Amino acid sequence: MSSDEKVYELDYNKMNNQKSQTNNEKNERKSVHIDQKRIDRRILINQISGKVFFSSTLFALLVLSILLYRIFSQSIGWLDLHFLTSKLSIFPEKAGIYGVIIGSLGLMAVVIPVTLVLGVSTAIYLEEYAGKSRVQNLIKVNISNLASVPSVIFGLLGLALFGRFFKLGSSILAGGLTLSLLVLPIVVVSSQEALKAVPGFLREASYAMGASKWTTIRKVVLPVAIPGILTGAILSISRAIGETAPLVVLGIPALLLKVPTNLMDDFTALPIQIYYWTLDTVLTPEYANLAAATIVVLLITLFLMNSIAIIIRNKSQKGF
Amino acid sequence: MTNYENKIVYDVKGLNLWYGNDQALKDINIKINKNEVTAIIGPSGCGKSTFIKTLNRMIENIPGVRTTGEIMYHGINIFDKTMRVEELRTRVGMVFQKPNPFPKSIYENVLYGPKIHGVKDKQMLQEILETSLKSAALWDEVKDRLHDNAYGLSGGQQQRLCIARALAVQPDVILMDEPTSALDPIATAKIEELIDSLKSDYSISIVTHSMQQAGRISDKTAFFLMGELVEFGNTEMIFSNPRDKRTEDYITGRFG
Repeated sequence: MSSDEKVYELDYNKMNNQKSQTNNEKNERKSVHIDQKRIDRRILINQISGKVFFSSTLFALLVLSILLYRIFSQSIGWLDLHFLTSKLSIFPEKAGIYGVIIGSLGLMAVVIPVTLVLGVSTAIYLEEYAGKSRVQNLIKVNISNLASVPSVIFGLLGLALFGRFFKLGSSILAGGLTLSLLVLPIVVVSSQEALKAVPGFLREASYAMGASKWTTIRKVVLPVAIPGILTGAILSISRAIGETAPLVVLGIPALLLKVPTNLMDDFTALPIQIYYWTLDTVLTPEYANLAAATIVVLLITLFLMNSIAIIIRNKSQKGF
Repeated sequence: MTNYENKIVYDVKGLNLWYGNDQALKDINIKINKNEVTAIIGPSGCGKSTFIKTLNRMIENIPGVRTTGEIMYHGINIFDKTMRVEELRTRVGMVFQKPNPFPKSIYENVLYGPKIHGVKDKQMLQEILETSLKSAALWDEVKDRLHDNAYGLSGGQQQRLCIARALAVQPDVILMDEPTSALDPIATAKIEELIDSLKSDYSISIVTHSMQQAGRISDKTAFFLMGELVEFGNTEMIFSNPRDKRTEDYITGRFG
């Protein structure tokens, strides 16, 4: 009896299996048929979307190339050694941007140390020392918000705080500090990201050796984070060098014949000079060529700075 | 003042620990002896890693951790205000689950501890380097490439480098949190051999998932379950004749 039962069971199983097999086969055929159509459609959509994205890129490239073409063609014949080494003048043929370049370099000399020291210290405090309390979170959110405040507002702050209150006027120091304020939030946020990216197990390893927090930061965290910090810092500093609005608010003279010699001198910078020359093209058409030549100088400076940032980033990716 | 010749290295009395509102350790009482290997076993989430990280107060790096009770280390409560955590961790080294060398050279990795604790003499550093790497059974493999990046080593070599790095500060106790769980059997065998040879100079506490490993290398075994210390005693006793039913169930593979 029991053996009979078994046989029956086995047969039943077999039947079941066969049934499900034929079912499967039907399903498979069906699904293969449907997939064929779907795959065709997917490939088509893929091709179309690729073209849409390419044309978006093309649009940006087109605008950029028109801009570059106009600027370079206008600057030809004007951008020469004389232009780079002479002082400003109201006569277009005599004018040069030596003093303007010195002004921009002076700004960098203020912006770079101030943003690096203040920005990185703030990021270290927020990321490593500050707890996770509500107040701390509020500070962090607000710093991110500051990064999106329009630059002209920072110009007003700089005018009130550095220009009027500390009586720095429209000196290189006042301009540099204003631009530092402008890019500080960006440097803080990007440095925070760089510090966050340092794996926790490295910190743990250092703490477990009896290292204090500061030792751990100095010897383990910063060496790993520095490429990221520098990349962010260079990109923000190059933004500061190209800023115009805050400096206009600060009251930079439209035509400064003196070349600045120290940080307390009045100054003018590349973007400002471009702005003033462009304003006056109605009266003196050649100013447009001077502006174009200055734009080329500014673009090359920014291009070099961004390249340095990219080189640092690539090197750091290989290292770790 | 501190007598490091004590037979008892750690005397844990009534230790409770909470992560926020969740109690992870419940009334732990245990004595860890000098020059012995103490294995800590138990299923995942039983609190064994938490316990070992409490012994050098690494657990305090996790926000929201609260403890009560005492952990006497050579007669001094490690939670005492006078106990500086940097000093404790210099005496109590730690090796982690995943090998975590610094992205520096092998040389810099081993000498990280001595350097931050102010050893400057070049010859002395060289000596520490050599003895630490030799004790960690790594010297022969790396002596020709001490200035290469530690990330070029294999996983097992990296873990032995981490042990060498812990040894370089000349600790008294070495805590190991599943040091072989990320390694292959050959590398594991090497680390186990190493632990056995380190026993004469150091007291070692090791968390392990593998009961065979606990059986092979330890003198004492502690079995944790749901934050409680269920049973603690000689390894042979625990594995051959456990007193508690739960221990027996665990080591015979009925759960966990």
